[in-house]
Amino acid sequence: MKILVPVKRVIDYNVKVKVKSDNTGVDLENVKMAMNPFDEIAVEEAVRLKEKKVCDEITAISIGSSKSEETLRTALAVGADKGILVETQEEAQPLEVAKILMEIINKNKPDLVLMGKQAIDDDSNQTGQMLSALLNWPQGTFASKLEVKGKSLNVTREIDGGLETLNMDLPAIITTDLRLNEPRYASLPNIMKAKQKPIEKITPKDLNIEIKQRLKTLKVTEPDKKEAGIKVDSVEELVSKLHNEEKVI
Amino acid sequence: MSVLVIIEHDNQNIKNSSLNTITAAKEIDNSVHAVVLGENCSKVSEQVSKCDGIEEVFVADDLIYKNHIAENISPKIVELADKYSHILAPSSTFGKNIMPRVAALLDVAQISDIVSIENKDTFVRPIYAGNANLKLQSTDTKKIITVRTTNFEATKINGGNGKITKIEKNEDPNLSKFVKNELNKSDRPELTAAGIIISGGRGMESGKNFNLLEEIADKLKAAVGASRAAVDAGFVPNDYQVGQTGKVVAPELYIAVGISGAIQHLAGMKDSKIIVAINKDEEAPIFQIADYGIVGDLFKILPELSKEIDKINS
Ligand SMILES: Cc1cc2nc3c(=O)[nH]c(=O)nc-3n(C[C@H](O)[C@H](O)[C@H](O)COP(=O)(O)OP(=O)(O)OC[C@H]3O[C@@H](n4cnc5c(N)ncnc54)[C@H](O)[C@@H]3O)c2cc1C
Repeated sequence: MKILVPVKRVIDYNVKVKVKSDNTGVDLENVKMAMNPFDEIAVEEAVRLKEKKVCDEITAISIGSSKSEETLRTALAVGADKGILVETQEEAQPLEVAKILMEIINKNKPDLVLMGKQAIDDDSNQTGQMLSALLNWPQGTFASKLEVKGKSLNVTREIDGGLETLNMDLPAIITTDLRLNEPRYASLPNIMKAKQKPIEKITPKDLNIEIKQRLKTLKVTEPDKKEAGIKVDSVEELVSKLHNEEKVI
Repeated sequence: MSVLVIIEHDNQNIKNSSLNTITAAKEIDNSVHAVVLGENCSKVSEQVSKCDGIEEVFVADDLIYKNHIAENISPKIVELADKYSHILAPSSTFGKNIMPRVAALLDVAQISDIVSIENKDTFVRPIYAGNANLKLQSTDTKKIITVRTTNFEATKINGGNGKITKIEKNEDPNLSKFVKNELNKSDRPELTAAGIIISGGRGMESGKNFNLLEEIADKLKAAVGASRAAVDAGFVPNDYQVGQTGKVVAPELYIAVGISGAIQHLAGMKDSKIIVAINKDEEAPIFQIADYGIVGDLFKILPELSKEIDKINS
């Protein structure tokens, strides 16, 4: 079985995000970047399937600037076999990302696509669902458990009321939630080995895809800041404030 | 052109999230229609028809819609899409699962999690875990939108007299099959609709200790929530999680107990009206957004809190 894992380079989740003073976006200059945490979980799941001999080849793919090669190297260091970099300076929105992935999938014919449920920069939570619509494949979104059995799989999904399990045939799209697994760190020897693994470089043009800004950014602003309040010394004082002043209890 | 709302329900009752979404739809246009896809869901369509401002409700009643499988629902929405400029669903796991699929089938972008509507093509949505707000303009002819429910009031289930129109089901695409669900039943209010929420974090130390929060929740008619760390540790089920990747809430009162206040948690609760933090570390970032903070051991503070609430309740 072949698995494709899309990975996105995003601002590190620990970084305090600052809005640019001209309100065109957030400041990404000299900020620590990393693989989107949900994609790390997707890579980890693919590697575990490979360790169980369910999968024999993992391809990681990233769409973005040349720096996204670092993100691909991270995936290769954790256990992906090869990478594809679709290089573009323009920011691809989810529908275009899904179209690029579809073209790649039509060529490479993976049996399973494992991808993050959302990227922590735009928080869209769309690409997996869009991709499965374009391919007319089943979708198992927000996965917290995955069991592959031959040509089908059971996926447990985190939904608002609890958990739901679906069964679907391969090929399928799975999007990962936080509790699917705990990603490992790459070891130093594996980081070294990853430098030798192949990365194919193409552009959206090679795939006949034009990147459109269907959603135009008009303005990016900082949310209203909430001022820190007061510390109270006793529970009695707290309850009195909430009851008598705020009237919320 | 009119606006279409995809109704979230459990085949018995409309979900609150849909009532907020109807309000957002009314801000876009006076003419609002709705569609109910479910099984044995006539009660839901009646509720929707009574919602203030709904002109027409389409209902397709069939087994293939029973479990809200995205692959089964999306073709029907695409079929209806012709007549509408905007199609809205709540930004719940229900809406997030379906709407990108609908958008891709229509070859348009999807706009996630809007918090305000500037005009028919301009919307505001949070990005970067709520650390920035993006005002965007859609250039597509159709807008496929999910709505952050906490930013729109709930429409009342009365005053309306929408026409109910039965429609045919689509063919079963046979892509995903429902196996089972494990839904957590609770007599407490739903997190996303509760007026008061008390949440516990890693500081609670165990699932059993959540009893301390539940006792207070029951006295305040509150919902119980949690941080990711508490869910990951298995103290409580996944549907308790508040945050960037969990539920977004904005109650009148949010009490954070043994929660440090990571940005991913704040993303889900910072719009609460009054925030109370209970934490033994006076440097914990949660205090920076708390209206009232108490520094101390939660195992001492919670029993006291419970007693003080008894005093005001009696
Ligand atoms: C991609 C991604 C998405 C995420 N999404 C979410 C999300 O949706 N929601 C979420 O919550 N997190 C999310 N997180 C995790 C987040 O970064 C934090 O790790 C998490 O919120 C921490 O939970 P916590 O505050 O309970 O635990 P900790 O940070 O460990 O804090 C525990 C707190 O309890 C206090 N404490 C301990 N014992 C006591 C005591 N006896 N009395 C009083 N206080 C005590 C400590 O002082 C400390 O402040 C996400 C992370 C990533 C990377």
